Amino acid sequence: MRALVLALIGALFGFGIMLSGMGNPAKVQNFFDIAGLWDPSLAFVMGGALLVSAPGYALLRARPRAWFQWPTRRDIDAPLVWGSATFGLGWGIAGFCPGASLPALGTGRWDVALFVASLSVGLLAARWVSRTRLREERTP
Amino acid sequence: METTFTPLASLAGGAIIGLAAVLLMAVQGRIFGATGLLGGLILPRARQDVAWRVWVILGMLSGPVLYTLVFGVAPSIQVPGGAAELVVGGLLVGIGAHFGAGCPSGHGVCGLARGSARSVVAVATFMAVAAGTVFVLRHVVGG
Repeated sequence: MRALVLALIGALFGFGIMLSGMGNPAKVQNFFDIAGLWDPSLAFVMGGALLVSAPGYALLRARPRAWFQWPTRRDIDAPLVWGSATFGLGWGIAGFCPGASLPALGTGRWDVALFVASLSVGLLAARWVSRTRLREERTP
Repeated sequence: METTFTPLASLAGGAIIGLAAVLLMAVQGRIFGATGLLGGLILPRARQDVAWRVWVILGMLSGPVLYTLVFGVAPSIQVPGGAAELVVGGLLVGIGAHFGAGCPSGHGVCGLARGSARSVVAVATFMAVAAGTVFVLRHVVGG
């Protein structure tokens, strides 16, 4: 039952991505191409999402439950900035972000699979570097 | 590749994405960040932390099929980049999302909704760099 509910939530997200146009890399790149083929649609995606998620989250925060894991970090550190900058570079080049590529993978297209595979390798490599660094810092 | 302006579909799609994020917190107590979702699946931190991710991702994969069932046509997915762009872009997105601690779903939909200053910085940064990248690729290098 729980598995079904989780899959339905995922399906809702996947359907939303497809309806919004976020899963179309050409549309994503055109959103950023103000000097060229500008398509402002994606501003509406973010707007529509926040119209629901902001009041929804406020409602949930007012009714705390033991299983709610809200992020707790507040510090603006350097990795947040250069990591996000690296992300933006890749997003501009490929036109896919992780949340758009996973639903798009459902089409079985080879080019989407190639992006998701590279994304996974990038995540794994970054995690490995983080862990090695942490270990080096701990051993004197 | 030209695309049409779709304010209503994009607004509705966005609202559905936002609803999914609220529901995932209510049911599973987690932020709906695609990077964290995928990262925790390919390199799990604890055994009991895997199953829920599998179900959510399986659901996400059904997006194009659901779209086709509802509208009678497959969703439009136009990929301007070739294999090189997808591989390089994918690697950069993966590395960046790890160190930047999130992507448009985690920082954008969830973080901004919570009023997180970290997410405001992250979203402003990746949007600005993505816009700069597209400008350079289309109008400087490709122009």
